[in-house]
Amino acid sequence: MNFLGYKRPDGRVGVRNKIFILPASLCASDTTRIIASQIEGAMTFNNQLGCAQVPGDQQLTMDVMAGMAANPNVYGTIVVSLGCENCQMDLVVKAIKERTNKPIEQFIIQENGGTITTIERAVRTGRKMAQDASMVQREEFPISELIIGTNCGGSDPTSGLASNPLIGELSDLLVANGATSILSETTEFIGAEHILASRAKTPEIKEKIYDIVHRYEKALQLVGEEVREGNPAPGNKAGGITTLEEKSLGCIHKAGHTEITAVYDYGKQISEKGLVIMDTPGHDGSSVAGMVAGGAQIVVFSTGRGNPIGNPISPVIKITANKITYANMIDNMDLDASPIIYGLQTMEEVTDILLKEVIDVANGKLTKSECLGYSETAIARLCNFV
Amino acid sequence: MINSLIIDEKDNVAVAIESITKGSEVSYKLKDEIKTISAIDDIQIYHKIAIKNVEKGKPVVKYGQHIGIAATDVKIGEHVHVHNVESHRENLEEE
Repeated sequence: MNFLGYKRPDGRVGVRNKIFILPASLCASDTTRIIASQIEGAMTFNNQLGCAQVPGDQQLTMDVMAGMAANPNVYGTIVVSLGCENCQMDLVVKAIKERTNKPIEQFIIQENGGTITTIERAVRTGRKMAQDASMVQREEFPISELIIGTNCGGSDPTSGLASNPLIGELSDLLVANGATSILSETTEFIGAEHILASRAKTPEIKEKIYDIVHRYEKALQLVGEEVREGNPAPGNKAGGITTLEEKSLGCIHKAGHTEITAVYDYGKQISEKGLVIMDTPGHDGSSVAGMVAGGAQIVVFSTGRGNPIGNPISPVIKITANKITYANMIDNMDLDASPIIYGLQTMEEVTDILLKEVIDVANGKLTKSECLGYSETAIARLCNFV
Repeated sequence: MINSLIIDEKDNVAVAIESITKGSEVSYKLKDEIKTISAIDDIQIYHKIAIKNVEKGKPVVKYGQHIGIAATDVKIGEHVHVHNVESHRENLEEE
């Protein structure tokens, strides 16, 4: 099974060919927005972080920035920093170069005469980069080159009934074909971690699965909070999910049935094949960003209530098994999995449809969130600003 | 006509796949046999309905797993949700 992708100089294969205008901090984000608006195929995001963070928190931000730039969907990156932030330009560039040898350019606003001259210079550089990117042709590659992130958001009971099990079937197929599938959202392992742990390839991986769950719960308890206070969310409950355990048991269906070959910390580069776990929040924007930073070229995302988010770097395929949501949110939903619940199509039939959709999107078909230009991104955090 | 599903044979709740009004029939399939009970509450589409009596303090089971404990005595046909189920952190390590 093959797809048409873009070969990068670091050996990885992308399904998109974007110029990434990376803001190193909040203070560079309006500038990158204006730069990206002037360059065909350029994407950016609102970086709310990058400054006034403790080292552990800053590391999460650095890992996501470097990982997004290194994601093979990106042809090249223009980093824009203000100049005085904690995420200093040399640190950001070094972190990116540790992950990839793709084209990279840099502009420090305070050293380029302010935002207007920075915009002018970066747009000129970006125009050249966009032309170079346009010369790269798609070539055929096996699907073993794919890393697929999985996520669920705005879940309801249909997620656990059909759309998450469907993603699980896709995950099993990808793994059987030598690709990588990522299970994310650690807060939604709570109450189901024993099931995941029983599928760990080694005792060390089993221990790491328990460790990331307990670490997450303890981190919230340190500031006097409990994970259950915000999860399930009001929409989950209105949809019919009663407890976090119920949500978790539905959530982990996305992991299919294969053994778990690795557990990665948030935003770290994924190198193992097979089914892996990444320690991400249940917050969808930051969970997706962590997996994209890990190298996911495509994210497959189930929703019950109708979550619309995309990502600036990787296409996000939206699946719902709630027939009312599919009709109501047709502008945002890519695939209807409700026929599984009503016995109109079998799980196998819909799995084939989803696999074809993943290959089509890999080949260049735009998802609904891409058509709408969505680029919502968040980055996970340890604690408050300093 | 089937209007609800059970996920695992051990489950004591079913999931309504259509909205069900109080007093009407709830039909689900268990091991190829169609079972019918009567709804004693209105059940919104995709919400849970008790298919067994669950005593206060006993586990509510869906996916064959505990999803919480009954906060009150729950009767067959009753809507099962936040008003009668409590989340309960179990020690799930090394079972």
